[in-house]
Amino acid sequence: MNPTRTAATAGRVLAQLRADRRTLALMLVVPCVLLGLLAWMSQDAPLFDRSGAQLLGLFPLVVMFVVTSVTTLGERTSGTLERLLSTPLGRTDFLGGYALAFGAMAVLQALVATAFAVWVCGLEVQGPVVWLVVVAVASGLLGTTLGLLASAFARTEFQAVQFMPAFVLPQLLLCGLFVPRDQMPRALELLSAVIPLSYAVDALGAVATTVEPAAELGADLAVLAAFAAGSIALASLTLRRHTP
Amino acid sequence: MMKYAVRAEGLSVRRGRHEVLRDIDLAVPVGQVVGLLGPSGGGKSTLMRSVVGVQERVSGTVEVLGEPAGSPGLRRRVGYVTQSPSVYRDLTVGQNLRYFATLVGADRGRVDQVLGQVDLGGQVDQRVADLSGGQASRVSLAAALVGHPDLLVLDEPTVGLDPVLRRSLWQLFATLAASGTTVLVSSHVMDEAARCDRLVLLREGRILADDTLPALLDRTGADDAEGAFLHLVDDAAAGRTGSSAPGRAPHRSRR
Repeated sequence: MNPTRTAATAGRVLAQLRADRRTLALMLVVPCVLLGLLAWMSQDAPLFDRSGAQLLGLFPLVVMFVVTSVTTLGERTSGTLERLLSTPLGRTDFLGGYALAFGAMAVLQALVATAFAVWVCGLEVQGPVVWLVVVAVASGLLGTTLGLLASAFARTEFQAVQFMPAFVLPQLLLCGLFVPRDQMPRALELLSAVIPLSYAVDALGAVATTVEPAAELGADLAVLAAFAAGSIALASLTLRRHTP
Repeated sequence: MMKYAVRAEGLSVRRGRHEVLRDIDLAVPVGQVVGLLGPSGGGKSTLMRSVVGVQERVSGTVEVLGEPAGSPGLRRRVGYVTQSPSVYRDLTVGQNLRYFATLVGADRGRVDQVLGQVDLGGQVDQRVADLSGGQASRVSLAAALVGHPDLLVLDEPTVGLDPVLRRSLWQLFATLAASGTTVLVSSHVMDEAARCDRLVLLREGRILADDTLPALLDRTGADDAEGAFLHLVDDAAAGRTGSSAPGRAPHRSRR
């Protein structure tokens, strides 16, 4: 991995995002609007304190997944990926650049959404608020790595967008937001244990309900990191230098 | 002794069940502009990808600048420009070139230099999406030039350009060749043949001829490259392939 080339790639991806103001605005505003809706709907404050916190982990995953998979697919179809791989840029530089750029976006998004939830919607959690941001960033990074991987299996941007319901909605249903995981049928409970979003939601639930959530968080964050590392390793296998 | 930037022997490429290149021998001398001419679908792009080392299912040997094609050491020395402009349309010309310059370790001054060479000095702050097709393809060319490559592989770089720009690009290729860069450039426009030091005529995955234009005209008795090409195609159809590549048996036994 070469720091200069990785940083240049991250800078280039951020410059592309900056050029697309509308996407940038959607990435920051949509989570706030949805949190606001949820707060408005929830007459019951404790309910919002728990589900609002958990939602903070969902946005970064979904948004980063979509943005990364569409952007990377663009690189694959426009020929820029083929060109990049014919330069000294390594695959790890490429992936690292993307992870850095969208990781930075995940930090920004998490800060904005958390600030909105806490200050505007009156979200109150038992644990330290900073942990909400940390878990949100981790889930944003996970979304980025899953998006990098998913882009390898899409031929067109329509397909890439369709991967969102295919990859993400099952996770949303099973992650414990709707039905607590320990109340699911055994088979589904086992299934929910192998999907990454469960751990983000679990971690955020812990921050919402526990004063000292550090111990529980550590395990969840480790699992999220393992999923991210696994999908980035698989994604690097899909960056082929060769045209079939 | 003649030095070669590219040497291919017995090069064949299969894509699916179709054999796109069939047992090709090619030698591109250093410091020359070599034109790869022939109809679309003849295998020009596949041959170029094999030289750059990004083509799969290649058999035979391809040696580029003394190393096997696609070696990591070549990534800094070979500049490759695909047919469709492979640059970031949502970024400006300057942002694109500064990025590619960083990747190959070139300095910022080099960016202005290559923009001058492709006549885009005035467009540095424009987004590629706002440029014309011909301008966008020159941005793509400039991105390959920033690294001072020893070998430039250009797939149809002059498509869609007006005659004045075409002339200035061919002049640029000649200047680059004079300074020691080897330029392998494809075209399906036969009248560009006169701009090349050597011609490789490719049709249906086989090389019909690999020679200088005067020698080709002399051998075929044609008036121009197109006439020579047609003559060679007729020859090949009549089974007299031996005349297209002197000194080389048409149906070599495979090693």
